[in-house]
Amino acid sequence: MPVKNENWTPTIVAFCCNWCSYAGADLAGSSRLSYPANVKIIRIPCSCRLNPLFVLRAFQRGADGVILCGCHPGDCHYTTGNYYARRRMTLLFSMLDYLGIDRRRTRVEWVSAAEGAKFSATMNDFAKTITELGENKKLGDLRCKE
Amino acid sequence: MKKIAMASLNALFARIAADKKLYLPIEKAGKVDFYEWSEGENVRLDALKTVKSAKDVFFPQVENLLKFRVEGKSIEINQAPLCEDDFVIFGVRGCDAKSFEILDRVFLVDPRDEFYASRRAHGIVVTLACGEPEESCFCTNFGVNPANPGGDVTAWIVGEEMYLQANTEKGEKLIAELDEADAKAAQDEQARITEIVGKLPLNNLNLEGFDGEHLMEKFNDPKWEGLSRACLGCGTCTFVCPTCQCYDIRDFDNGKSVTRYRCWDSCMYSDFTLMAAENSRHTQLQRYRQRFMHKLVYFPANNEGVYSCVGCGRCVEKCPQGLNIVRVIKALGVNEK
Amino acid sequence: MQRMMIDRAKELLASGQVNRVLGWEQGEHSWDRTPAFFDGGNIENLKYDGFCGPNVSKYLVGEVAKDGVVLAFLKPCDSWSFNQLATEHRINTEKVYAIGVGCRGKIDVEKVRAKGIKGILDIAEDGDTLKVHTLYGDSTVERKEVLLDKCLSCKGKEHKAGAEFIGQSEETSVGDKFELVAKLEAMTPDERFAFWRSELSKCIRCNACRNVCPACSCIKCVFDNPHTGVQNKAAADDFEENLFHIIRAFHVAGRCTDCGECSRVCPQGIPLHLLNRKFIKDIDELYGEYRAGAEIGQRHPLENFDKGDCEPSIVHERGGSAQ
Repeated sequence: MPVKNENWTPTIVAFCCNWCSYAGADLAGSSRLSYPANVKIIRIPCSCRLNPLFVLRAFQRGADGVILCGCHPGDCHYTTGNYYARRRMTLLFSMLDYLGIDRRRTRVEWVSAAEGAKFSATMNDFAKTITELGENKKLGDLRCKE
Repeated sequence: MKKIAMASLNALFARIAADKKLYLPIEKAGKVDFYEWSEGENVRLDALKTVKSAKDVFFPQVENLLKFRVEGKSIEINQAPLCEDDFVIFGVRGCDAKSFEILDRVFLVDPRDEFYASRRAHGIVVTLACGEPEESCFCTNFGVNPANPGGDVTAWIVGEEMYLQANTEKGEKLIAELDEADAKAAQDEQARITEIVGKLPLNNLNLEGFDGEHLMEKFNDPKWEGLSRACLGCGTCTFVCPTCQCYDIRDFDNGKSVTRYRCWDSCMYSDFTLMAAENSRHTQLQRYRQRFMHKLVYFPANNEGVYSCVGCGRCVEKCPQGLNIVRVIKALGVNEK
Repeated sequence: MQRMMIDRAKELLASGQVNRVLGWEQGEHSWDRTPAFFDGGNIENLKYDGFCGPNVSKYLVGEVAKDGVVLAFLKPCDSWSFNQLATEHRINTEKVYAIGVGCRGKIDVEKVRAKGIKGILDIAEDGDTLKVHTLYGDSTVERKEVLLDKCLSCKGKEHKAGAEFIGQSEETSVGDKFELVAKLEAMTPDERFAFWRSELSKCIRCNACRNVCPACSCIKCVFDNPHTGVQNKAAADDFEENLFHIIRAFHVAGRCTDCGECSRVCPQGIPLHLLNRKFIKDIDELYGEYRAGAEIGQRHPLENFDKGDCEPSIVHERGGSAQ
């Protein structure tokens, strides 16, 4: 078992689609639903804007978990963006798993603008998972750890 | 002359490694390269050519130069430390040993490269004669003697024994405690190797005309077109080459501090000559020509006729598409092909 | 077969139907083969035998930009890459006259050396055996024991492109091509991680895998572009080895024809095809069987979708042991 660093708290990067999930996060806030402060939201125009490079770069720069939130399939602002994102992320996550990176560190959830509660619940759950997994040591860049 | 049983080599390595870093040809995941030795590593002194050359030890592929951090109005700069401890590189072949002299001509002249210089000053080179030279070897064309490769200590493997001859004071100290031996066995081995070397297919390259005098003639030779056409523009030849010495200096910014490091660069890459205004080499032909002109014409023109090739043959073996310096020498020189 | 190829090339050159020829010539040693271009003058230098491993289809990307028609000799596996490049509009097929040439597997000289054979002076093909003449004596090697890895998962003897065909081909596959991928999948994540670290840490970032890859036909690679923030010339940290190879494999996912050139050219012998093949296996399992390059004009699985596609969480649910 890895030695747990007492002072460690996970860093989670959440890529949120501008039209649904980002608004969902907003709703979570205005509804006074809490989610962990170490979830860093990065707004993207559509879930399919998420270049696989972004996911890896997040890990490089110290993320312990990366989650993508987008509109529910069928509800994409650009009609089909999230369908493409779904295929890409499936394959990317599978590849990360193949390289031995824990599959629980990556996730995709569909969160609409009306689902503030889902956003909050998802983030709480994901943060809990990542906290249990501990620090991401396999896919970080040593030069970023200081 | 000293000797040690091959079976006792591991104990020798352990003794050296007790107070010095020791680099040896070690096999990892099926390929042999120079790595720092520790107990249990798969040492492969029988492997003629490591994938990367031994230059990695003196001029690593990546090394940090300095680190800076800005806080408020103050900037903190930390230079990476120079090498201060002696280390041993064991099992260097004659070609690689010769390449250090060529790198010295680049890094030890003004402006002196202190990182390289400190490693050179602290490195103890134990060379190993090539018991079984191969078809891709052509080191004899460049004044290398694979039977007696030099360095601080020269080693020969004869059957179950290794014979070692110290050539410098540093070398003498390293092997002082080994048993004395008769020089006869090592001399016989030298004669045997010299005989094999005489039969190597590439040991008679004609380098006539590869000099500063014929610079424009070689540069404008129409044969470059055909020679370079299959070149992929990858960096394999430059990265496995013991004499390629070009590097790039880059910054890595992690948001809090910046690490300035240097890493090998390759003249085969399109961005090698990229400058603010322009890229002076547009085509792979130009890049390909540059690499060989540098080794065979520019370098000797500036270094008393010393070529920047040691004939190790790594490019002959490793080029994915079968291009290499021998073909250039044969095509542009006065050889028959 | 080599004779027939040269004669046919001469006819086509003479008739003006083609202007130049893309094939292979001898390199430094008798077994070295270099992709080469020929015109009427040097066409006799064209070589075709068991050593012509390099896939020449990517050279056509540059060739079609020039005037005239190029005659390209394609092995069965090369024809898949040719189709894929044509699908991506990187090759204008009107400017290429493709002739499929027979192949019975290509020889990997590294594998001959790995048998402990040193100082090779000559290798002669004699049916199913190779006669190896060396500085240290002669020996024979079974041809099928020293085939390139890519030939052990041969793409079949059928040419997928070509205006005409010369010679017979043989299928040289041994076992299931996904066997090693499945073996890795069955390991624990830590074992997989250790496996890939030991392989990828050998990477010297020579970019040979990228530059030889017919699917890597970007004019400027993301890793060469100073404006992307990920330009890197050396793997300065373990992470960069992972980054480069994951992104490269991902970028060719769905377009990789599994031609095996990446693993053939790697100077460090990294089994890069296992990354690409993982994507092919996943695509087959999740989105239905798909073979890039099977025909011109296919739409690949990553530029396509189905409303009923599985969710990415399938990765969490599928087999393979968790941590």
